[in-house]
Amino acid sequence: MKNLPKWVDLVLIPVINLFLAFMISGLVVVYIGENPFRAMQIIINGSLGSAYGLGYTLYYATNFIFTGLAVAVAFHARMFNIGGEGQAMVGGLGTALVCLFIDWPHWTIAFPVAIMSAALFGAAWSAIPAYLQAKRGSHIVITTIMFNFIAYSLMVYLLVHVLKPKGQMAPESAKFVAGSNLPSAHDIFSWFGMAFPKSPPLNVTFLLAVLACFLIWLFIWRTRMGYAIRAFGWSETAAVYAGISPFKIIMVSMLVSGGLAGMMSINSVMGEAERLLIDSVQGAGFVGIAAALMGRSHPLGVFLAAVLFGVLYQGGAELEFEMPAVSREMIVVIQALVILFTGALENLVRVPIGKIFMKLKLKQN
Amino acid sequence: MDTKVQHESAAPMIELRGISKSFGPVQANKNINLKVNKGSIHGIVGENGAGKSTLMSILYGFYKSDLGEIYINGEHINITDSHVAIEAGIGMVHQHFKLVENFTVLENVILGTENSFLINPALNNARVLLSDLASTYSLEVNPDALIEDLSVGHQQRVEILKALYRQADILILDEPTGVLTPAEADHLFNILRNLSKEGKTIILITHKLKEIMSVTDTVSVMRRGEMTATLETSKTNPQELAELMVGRSVLLRVEKDATEVGDKSLEVHNLSVTDKRGVTALKNVSFHVRKGEILGIAGVAGNGQTELLEALGGISPATGTMKIDGEEIALHGKGSDARSRREYGVSHVPEDRQKLGLILDFFAWENIAFGYHHKDEFNKNWLLMDNGKTREIAREEMAKFDIRPPTPNNLVKNFSGGNQQKIVLARELEQHPKVLIVGQPTRGVDIGAIEFIHQKIIDLRDKGVAILLVSVELDEIFSLSDRVAVLFDGKIIGERITEETNESELGLLMAGIEDGSGEQPVMESIA
Repeated sequence: MKNLPKWVDLVLIPVINLFLAFMISGLVVVYIGENPFRAMQIIINGSLGSAYGLGYTLYYATNFIFTGLAVAVAFHARMFNIGGEGQAMVGGLGTALVCLFIDWPHWTIAFPVAIMSAALFGAAWSAIPAYLQAKRGSHIVITTIMFNFIAYSLMVYLLVHVLKPKGQMAPESAKFVAGSNLPSAHDIFSWFGMAFPKSPPLNVTFLLAVLACFLIWLFIWRTRMGYAIRAFGWSETAAVYAGISPFKIIMVSMLVSGGLAGMMSINSVMGEAERLLIDSVQGAGFVGIAAALMGRSHPLGVFLAAVLFGVLYQGGAELEFEMPAVSREMIVVIQALVILFTGALENLVRVPIGKIFMKLKLKQN
Repeated sequence: MDTKVQHESAAPMIELRGISKSFGPVQANKNINLKVNKGSIHGIVGENGAGKSTLMSILYGFYKSDLGEIYINGEHINITDSHVAIEAGIGMVHQHFKLVENFTVLENVILGTENSFLINPALNNARVLLSDLASTYSLEVNPDALIEDLSVGHQQRVEILKALYRQADILILDEPTGVLTPAEADHLFNILRNLSKEGKTIILITHKLKEIMSVTDTVSVMRRGEMTATLETSKTNPQELAELMVGRSVLLRVEKDATEVGDKSLEVHNLSVTDKRGVTALKNVSFHVRKGEILGIAGVAGNGQTELLEALGGISPATGTMKIDGEEIALHGKGSDARSRREYGVSHVPEDRQKLGLILDFFAWENIAFGYHHKDEFNKNWLLMDNGKTREIAREEMAKFDIRPPTPNNLVKNFSGGNQQKIVLARELEQHPKVLIVGQPTRGVDIGAIEFIHQKIIDLRDKGVAILLVSVELDEIFSLSDRVAVLFDGKIIGERITEETNESELGLLMAGIEDGSGEQPVMESIA
C-alpha cells in the first residue's frame, strides 16, 4: 500500500471516506422520515451558498485550523496532544488579560501582543504535560486530557471569583477595551469598497490562520527543528542515535502545539465574543483532532479538513433550523460519522483501494 | 516416530514442483523444483532476497504459492496454512525464536497442543516424551527451566523439541547459527546429524557456506527467485557455491595490505555500562585503537556488544574514560550525546540500521543528512535547511557508493538491506571521521555488497582512520581486523593479533574460557 499515487492518498481516499459518511448519515435522515438530498442541499447552501453562511463557515474553520495544526505538529513528533481544548481555554485567558487591562490605541498594536500572550498561555498549559512526558514518562494522552478538566475548573474559578465584574450575573469577563476589537470581514471588505454582511463573526484572524498554515509547513518541512521533530516521530531510537534530544523535541513540539491551540482564542475570544466566556472553545479542541487526522497532519490538509468541519457546523445549524425533525443531536451524529470514517475507519477504504491500485499497476506492467 | 530404515519408498520426502510466487511486481520464486530425500540434510543458500525464506514460508504454509504443487512423502498436499504443514509433519525453527520467555520449557513445548481443559495431562505426557527425545538426539534441556534463564543455544533446542513434539519428520531451520558460539553450532550440527540418522529430513537455510560444507548432504543455490543449482555437497566447494549465489566470481577474502599504524586515536579505559534494569552490561572494558588500524571486537551476540556500541556512539550513558586523540570526552551527562560525538569526529555505523541508523520513512536524501543536519553543508541559513543541496550531495554519494536505485527521492524503506546499509555507510564515511565505530556492518547484506562494504572499510583504514569493528561473524573479524578483542559477559577476556590466532582459539574465548597460554596482552584490558 506504500506506493499509492499521491492524489489517491490525499484526495481520492478522503473523498470516498466522506462519501461513505454522508451515505450513512443519509440513511439516518431517511430513517427519521426526511429527504436526505434536501438535507444535503440545506447543509451546502446554508454554509457555502451565501456570504452570510460563508462568513460563519470560515469563522468556525479558523478555530479548527488552529486546533488542527496544534494536533498536527504534535503528531509529527508522535505526540498525541488531545489537550487542545484546555490549551485553547487557557490561551483565551492570555488573550483576555491583554485585552482587558491595557487601553489599546489601535487593534494593530493589540493584535500581535494578544497573539503572543495567547500562544504563551496555551504553550504554558501544554508545557506541564510535555515535561511530565519527557522526564517522567507520564503518557501525554492521559495528562493532556486531564489538563482539559483542570483548565475548565480554572476558568470557572477565575470567571466566577476574579474576572467577573461586580454586580454582573453571568460568569464572564467585562467587555474588552474598544481598541482591542479586531476588524470583522465586514470591516475589511468595506475598506476595499466591497460589501459583506455584518453579522458573521469571520474576522482578520482567518488570515492569521492561513499564515499559520504556511509557517507550520515551513517549520515542519524546511527547518532543522522540523526535520528533527519528524525524525523523532518516525523513530525515537534513531533520533537518539543521530544526537537529537528527545526531551527537546517533546518540549518544542508540545509548546508549539499548545501555542497554536492557544491562538485559537484570538479568533473566538478577541475576534468574536470580545469578552472571556466560560466555554470559549466549544469543542473546537476535539474537532481539531479530527481535522488533523483527516488532513494527514499536513497544513494544507488541515486547512481543507477545517473548512469541511466549518461547513458541517454551519450547515448543521441551518439544517436544525430548516428541518425541525433533525435535532441538534442528529447533527452531532453526522459530524461524528465524518470523524469516524475519515479518522478511525480510514483503513476500511485504504486497504481495498490499495489492492485495486496494485492490480492496476500489475496489468500496466 | 518413524525410525525404520530409509529407502522404504522411492518417493522423495519433499518434492516441490514448479513453485512460483510473486509479491506485486516482484517475482520471489520462479518455477522452483526441488526433491529432498528422506533422512538427508539439505542446505539452501542464497543471497538476501534470493527467495529462500519465501520458499520455506510456502512450504510451512505462511504464504500460498501462485503456481506449483507440493508433495510430502509422495502425497500431494495443499498446504493452506501452517496447521496443514504441521499435520503433514513439517516443523520450523525460526531465526527469531517464538518462545514465551516466562514459561517453562515444558509449557512452551505443549503450547497450542494442550488438547484438554486442564494442562497437567499434556505436561506429564510431554515430560516423558522430552526425556526420550533428549536421550535419542542429545537434546538435553531442563524441562522445568524458564526460557528466559536458558542460553540461546538451549532456547534453540527447545524450538527443535517443540517441532519434534508435534511429530515433525521434516525440520526447517532458518539461519540457526546466527546467535550461537562455534561450539554451540557444532553441537547443533551433531543434533542434526543424529536427527537425520533417525530418518528425519532436514532443510538448513543459511548464508554461511562453511556450514553447508560441513553438515549437509545436498545443497541448492537460489538466486533472484530461481533455483540455480542443486548439488551434492561432497562434489562442490565454497568458491563454486559463492559464484552460483552471486552469478559472478567473488573474493571471499578482502585484499588487505599492512599499513602504517599511527598514534592511539581512540582510547577507552574502564568503560562500564549499567542498563535500566540495573544489570551491568559492560564491566571495566579498556582498549585502544591506533590510526590506520582496525580493532575487531568478537563475541557471541548479547555479551555487551550493543552496549559498547551505544556507549561509544553517545546513545546511552556510561562510566569510565574515553579519549579521542588524547582529548577526553564525556561519557555521561552534558556533552555525551551522539551529536557531540560527531563533532569530535566519531562516525558510527550502528548494528541495527533500521532501528538506529535510518529513518525508514524518510527519503534517501533526508537520511544522508541524518545526524549531521546541523552542519553547514546541509543548511541555507540559521533557520532553514538546504533541501536542494542535500539532494545534490545525496545524489553524488549514492553514485559513489553504487547505491541502487540511485534516486535520492526514494523512501529508504524501499531499498534492499544491502543498499540501506550502503546509505548509512555513505553518510558516515563521507563525513571524513577520525574514528569509525562499526557494528555488524554486513548483517543481512548480500555477498556482492559485503565485498563492497569490506573494501570501503579497508580503504578508510588505509587512509589512517582508527576503526572499531564489532561483529559476531568470526569470518568478518578475521578478514578485516588487525587485532581482535573478545567480549564475553561484558568483559574483554582476551586480545590477540589477528594473524597470530585462529578460529578455535577465539572460539574458546567466545565461550568464556580464559586460557593462560601465550604472553597476555589481555592484562591491559583487565586493569
